[in-house]
Amino acid sequence: MMLGKTAGGLFWMFRYLERAENTARLLEAGWHIALTRSGGSSNEWQSILTTAGMDKAYLAKHDSFDANYVINFMLCDKDNPSSVMSVITSARNNARLVRTALSSEVWEATNECWMVLKDLLAKPVTERALHDTLMQIRFRTSVVRGALHGTMLRNDIFSFSRLGTFIERADNTARILDVKYYVLLPSTAYIGKAIDNAQWEVILRSVSAERSYRWINGGESTAMGIAEFLILDASMPRSLAFCVKQIGEHLGNLEKQYGTRHESCIQAEAFCHKINAHSIDSIFEEGLHEFLSSLVADNAKLAQHVEEDYRFYG
Amino acid sequence: MSEEKKLFDEMLASADGPRQPYEAYYDWFNREDIKALRRKSSEAETFFRRIGITFNVYGQDEADERLIPFDIVPRIIAAKEWRTLERGIEQRVRAINAFLHDIYHRQEILRAGRIPKEIIAGNEAFLPEMVGVKPPGGVYTHIVGTDLVRTGQDEFYVLEDNARTPSGVSYMLENRETMLHMFPELFTKLNVRPVSAYPQLLRRSLADCAPQNSPNNKPIVAVLTPGIHNSAYFEHAFLADQMGVELVEAHDLRVEDGYVSMRTTQGYQPIDVLYRRVDDEYLDPLTFNPQSMLGVPGIMDVYRAGNITIANAPGTGIADDKALYSYMPDIVEFYTGEQAILKNVPTYRCSESDSLQYVLEHLPELVVKEVHGSGGYGMLVGPAASKKEIAAFEKKLRANPSNYIAQPTLALSTVPILTKAGLAPRHVDLRPFALMSPNRIDLTPGGLTRVALKKGSLVVNSSQGGGTKDTWVLGD
Repeated sequence: MMLGKTAGGLFWMFRYLERAENTARLLEAGWHIALTRSGGSSNEWQSILTTAGMDKAYLAKHDSFDANYVINFMLCDKDNPSSVMSVITSARNNARLVRTALSSEVWEATNECWMVLKDLLAKPVTERALHDTLMQIRFRTSVVRGALHGTMLRNDIFSFSRLGTFIERADNTARILDVKYYVLLPSTAYIGKAIDNAQWEVILRSVSAERSYRWINGGESTAMGIAEFLILDASMPRSLAFCVKQIGEHLGNLEKQYGTRHESCIQAEAFCHKINAHSIDSIFEEGLHEFLSSLVADNAKLAQHVEEDYRFYG
Repeated sequence: MSEEKKLFDEMLASADGPRQPYEAYYDWFNREDIKALRRKSSEAETFFRRIGITFNVYGQDEADERLIPFDIVPRIIAAKEWRTLERGIEQRVRAINAFLHDIYHRQEILRAGRIPKEIIAGNEAFLPEMVGVKPPGGVYTHIVGTDLVRTGQDEFYVLEDNARTPSGVSYMLENRETMLHMFPELFTKLNVRPVSAYPQLLRRSLADCAPQNSPNNKPIVAVLTPGIHNSAYFEHAFLADQMGVELVEAHDLRVEDGYVSMRTTQGYQPIDVLYRRVDDEYLDPLTFNPQSMLGVPGIMDVYRAGNITIANAPGTGIADDKALYSYMPDIVEFYTGEQAILKNVPTYRCSESDSLQYVLEHLPELVVKEVHGSGGYGMLVGPAASKKEIAAFEKKLRANPSNYIAQPTLALSTVPILTKAGLAPRHVDLRPFALMSPNRIDLTPGGLTRVALKKGSLVVNSSQGGGTKDTWVLGD
């Protein structure tokens, strides 16, 4: 037996943790580009803000895409509900709310994550401290994940936690691709050609997959190759195919545990099917942007159904 | 200085060495390095922060989370001393329950003239809604936290019978956990009685009070909290977790088919026992404060129908009301036929003109408390107050005398704390926790020792700079 509120708290706790981690990855990618590219990388910062869904809020506060402003807006700005500090605080508040559902290791890891980051992000992060700060964000959230895997029963508590993670991750990966879809678009001149180095690197870096991609593709980077890797490769833990498969499995586990089949389960199966039915060619034929937008929308609808089916709020 | 000498120090009362219960500890302590112990102290703090034993302070701008300072020198109680306390608390808890049953039914104690009628009739803590209501199992106070102070070898006084929703038990448990981590060797040397069974006892005790005609096979218990912003939220979550029961808030509950049910991922599930950490006033907006967002509309109807146990029962506040406190020895005698084992602090009722006169003349020597206050707010500690403060308080007192009681300042016992300079005596109190079910009363051997960290201070409340200690009750 689990309270609907608890299910919702777990779901959001892990969505927020995933979001913090994704934001750290995006910043890492952006920073890397800014350092390795000579001149004008402000476009890059803009697209990173867009990917993170923070561009409008940012522009309401700043009028230039200065690296320092962007970084601190995304990391520590308390007025920005999506900044790493804000989402870690939300994650921890949710953890407090569902304290009784968590093992003490998961709770303590979450609490410590918040304590460490609260100190690190109390003041604007300097260029020199950026690398360490981003590393701490990934490290601290990894400890929570590790505790979850190592100490939690594989029951509804686990499933709601993982649903939060994968729904957030699917959204993030789809956005990364969608914001960059124009560089992946095969115009006649570019078909089969290596795309702009920096551009594909930022994509792969923002999902921490630059190395694994090279291993798989022997150093050959093509638009289709990267898109295929991030959308269809089920062995890649941040790909859409992987996330959607996990979402389906956890909803399936809930169906089994509760003995009730809900709309969200049906939707997840359809979602899974939609991705599996495509090849990378057919995705490009249909239009990469259209395909990704429809996935983002499906994902949001699915989250809505999970919330209703399991009575998060009423 | 001369006054300090008179104080009873529980460790070092005489010049020739530690009192008997502290002998082994004192011996151990003297062989330790103070600096290393101080380091342990800060380790304890890190440990508390990591597990999140924090409280929010009311009336602060930022809802800051604070730690209650923890002192690593234990407060030790001998087996024999504990036996007396145990008997005394049991007696008092029984009397309180008999009193509550009486006051909400036949009111024989009023008819017998043992306590004045006005004190009940005009009292906000008396809930007319509870008249004629029989709580499941006949239990009113499932959990009681009796505040005790000591002034000498055999001199214990009850300061307050917390019969509503006493808090602090999580500190009793976590303080012990911390001491076990830090000083395992002490626990192999000394026969310290464990406190860790408390959550299981609490769950069993609550389940034993479940309504007879429950729709569930096994009683379902839940803890009701006002939410994560409440100052004691940590404790609510901790107890629910330790008992293995759900922690619910008002919006998780509703009244359905005559039961109070909680919203689960699979629909609504009736609850048998609600251990509520929400005050009476906010419990049911349909019966009490209509503005309350913390309560469950209609829960009192379910309660009156005997379909849910509310722990503690609504209306128990009348038993720990400060206006009634001075009558406790009579109450104990009236219902148990015995003399009270534990003493009351002599109390002047400012509602009575003779007493008021005395109090006004002796303000610098007295502690004056609001009848309904708690948490150490709104009180005057005469000996520690400035002339200005006393004058200001006198005005308040004259304006509304029946709102106050006064007591002599007791020479509260001290137990040493660890300071930079080594051991230093500080005033303490003690709150053991008693659990009542239809067939028994369980008193966990230990409790919450609160300590005033400032030299000479008598205020032990955590909201005003008090700390805590682990409390060791020794076995035979």
